[in-house]
Amino acid sequence: MSIMGHIAAIRFGLGLRHGDAPPADPLAWLRAQIDHPGAPPEGPSLAEALALRGDDFAARRPRDPVGDPQQTRRALAQLIRAETLGHVRRRLTGEQPFRERLVDFWMNHFTVSRRSGSLTPLIGSYERGAIRPHVTGRFADMAVAVARHPAMLIYLDNAGSIGPSSANGRRSRRGLNENLAREMLELHTMSPAGGYTQGDVQELAKILTGWSFASGGEPYDFQFRAASHEPGDKHLLGRRFGPGEAEGEKAIRFLAEHPATWRHLAVKLARHFVADSPPPEAVRALETVLRDSKGDLAATSHALIALPQAWDPPLSKFRPPIDYVIAAGRALGVPDAQASQLINGFNTLSQPLWRPEQPIGWPDIAADWAAPEALMRRVDWAYTFAGRAGRGVDAAEAVETALGPLARAETVTEMRRAGSMRDALTLLLGSPEFMHR
Amino acid sequence: MTDAPHAHFRTTRRGLLLGLGASFAVGPARLAFGEAPGDRRLVVILLRGALDGLYVVQPYGDPALEGLRGRLKLPEPGQEDGLLDLGGKFGLHPGLGRLHGMFAANEAAVLHAVAGPYRSRSHFEAQDMLESGGEQRLASGWLNRALEALPRGGQGPDQARAGLAVGTSVPLLMRGPVPVGAYSPPGLERPAPELMYRLAALQDSDSTLGRAFAEGMRSRGFASQTLGMVENDRERSAFANLAGAAGRLMAEPGGPRVAAMELGGWDTHVQQMNRIMGPLRALDDGLGALKEGLGAEWARTAVLVVTEFGRTARVNGNMGTDHGTGGVAFLVGGAVAGGRVIADWPGLGEDKLFENRDLQPTQDLRAIAKGLLRDHLRLPEAAVGAAFPGSNAVTVLRGLIRA
Repeated sequence: MSIMGHIAAIRFGLGLRHGDAPPADPLAWLRAQIDHPGAPPEGPSLAEALALRGDDFAARRPRDPVGDPQQTRRALAQLIRAETLGHVRRRLTGEQPFRERLVDFWMNHFTVSRRSGSLTPLIGSYERGAIRPHVTGRFADMAVAVARHPAMLIYLDNAGSIGPSSANGRRSRRGLNENLAREMLELHTMSPAGGYTQGDVQELAKILTGWSFASGGEPYDFQFRAASHEPGDKHLLGRRFGPGEAEGEKAIRFLAEHPATWRHLAVKLARHFVADSPPPEAVRALETVLRDSKGDLAATSHALIALPQAWDPPLSKFRPPIDYVIAAGRALGVPDAQASQLINGFNTLSQPLWRPEQPIGWPDIAADWAAPEALMRRVDWAYTFAGRAGRGVDAAEAVETALGPLARAETVTEMRRAGSMRDALTLLLGSPEFMHR
Repeated sequence: MTDAPHAHFRTTRRGLLLGLGASFAVGPARLAFGEAPGDRRLVVILLRGALDGLYVVQPYGDPALEGLRGRLKLPEPGQEDGLLDLGGKFGLHPGLGRLHGMFAANEAAVLHAVAGPYRSRSHFEAQDMLESGGEQRLASGWLNRALEALPRGGQGPDQARAGLAVGTSVPLLMRGPVPVGAYSPPGLERPAPELMYRLAALQDSDSTLGRAFAEGMRSRGFASQTLGMVENDRERSAFANLAGAAGRLMAEPGGPRVAAMELGGWDTHVQQMNRIMGPLRALDDGLGALKEGLGAEWARTAVLVVTEFGRTARVNGNMGTDHGTGGVAFLVGGAVAGGRVIADWPGLGEDKLFENRDLQPTQDLRAIAKGLLRDHLRLPEAAVGAAFPGSNAVTVLRGLIRA
């Protein structure tokens, strides 16, 4: 049973922490994380983050600035630092690593990025408010929460999208922005396999006009701007949607529960948790549960851990840099207080936190991460990290905890023969089995 | 921040790196009469992985060498690519040209057939013992304990910690009750070539990574996975840059007086002739850079270069050598009474080898280190004893330092 414990912790979790035993009952351990979420993390509310962001805009605007821009910058930097450290600490020492993996999966599915700098202070609240409450809830609820969150409305430019025939559209020269509508169809829900057309993208964009937010005053949250909303009926995939905010939510739910969406989500989940080329049976099993449960993500997560393909063969997925660095931190028992070391590691290995390049999020297959120079940097980092964080860590204990029966004999032998403890830990972190999950 | 004191490696203000402005721990201030206190510099360089003393300092005058070492024997002094002579019986590897220059200038001594008190052939155990200085592993290092007794000149905000750990990690040698500064350049360090080959060998069987890893190695100048010799300026200069920086820091009037550095890559089980070249050149360049960085203070400096043990007297089946016992140490610096090989040579005849496989050690490394603490740092007897507990029977080696 102990090999199953290691697989559970590595495949579905973030790797074992130095000194921890693998879960004795792996399935029960995973199930409990689905059915009994721990207390949600704390952090600044959306309103607080928006207010801070608004203050900073006001202090830095060229005309009639209000407030001290240095002070607002500092306050923002503190907030982002605290959010970043909190994120890393939950993964480094938190009690529910599988749940964090689910959060990370759905965060990446509904990507927002710091590359749109002004949304950065909102990312923590986006995770806490739009993603985390729904990772074992209903997919359509998550899709709606995401589309209403200012972080997404900023990232995919919907906040300023204006219906051409709306009151604001007729008054100004501004108009429709298709960005959110297109990505909602292509990335968030049905994918191009769903067979939508450019016309559908535009119709959905019109449906979503007016979906914006208020940051300069109450409610410091989502706000439907009727004056920007395109009047009249729209036709999306052959369905008619009337004007108004409620029709927008209806459209999102319609897309989120489309058969092509179940298929798309099943493939992504299987690719993430099972293999780069997901086995068709695994995809089919997940697709069936998603369809039959109407997108119940708790049922889907239960189906995921029940997939035989997820347990055998083990270690079929290459750990992308962030998860690799987190796993290394856990393997060497890095305490919360040193979480910033890991953040540097993310940057060094080219996966800076919350900074994917495109709305499609971080790539999820080895071919995108295991490039020659990337591997060289990875072992450089492993060597440097083993020097900094490996003090007092016994390599034999570390490999036993981190890999247990999944460690290959040649790795253990090379570690035993290594010229120093630091070299031995580098061999552990640089071994192919540690680089996989 | 609640990070450990040595966790701030990226700080750019050098003062912070050296522990300036942090709470100042005042050791027992002992002033030796007749000399400005604490002017002498001591650097200890740990060569991790076990340097092959019989290869790097070859006893070409020993008739048994040919039989044991034929395939790893270098031409005698005077021949093409031959050893650099060390006074008639021993020859230095030609990759250590700068060190040989220091030897010729009486600034370097070679100590042969040396070992610590341990006979384990485990790198980890041996390094722990070498660094902690006890007969079993201790939680602190002998160099840190020596700092406790180090007399200091002025004290105040412009004074750095007396001890400095150079590089990414603080070695056990330097850990202990006395706070030490740390210096490390930003960015990543790279594993030594030997470790890179081992990492590459682990990838071989893995189809996803094997080829990408091999390609990465190639583009970094590793010619082949089994034979290649690494000619990589970056590798070579990294240690020298670190050593140069350490030298400059130590040259400052208020700078650190005692520093520890480490250099890996000596565990040459396979293709030793080629694979030792990278670390060897890095060491040689590093000693040169240290001297340059110290400038005039070189005259008051001693550098001890030690490794955890030597390697087997016989060549193994892979043109390499395995873990052994007796080995070599170097003592370098303007303060050193150099120009000589210090060895009670046991000989390499079969009946002379330790357990019929290793060079028999005839000199305890602790005797050398104690000699440096006593005659170079001028520590009182009790402090020398505290640095090496349980070593009363080990006689201090005298005369290592110019009077």
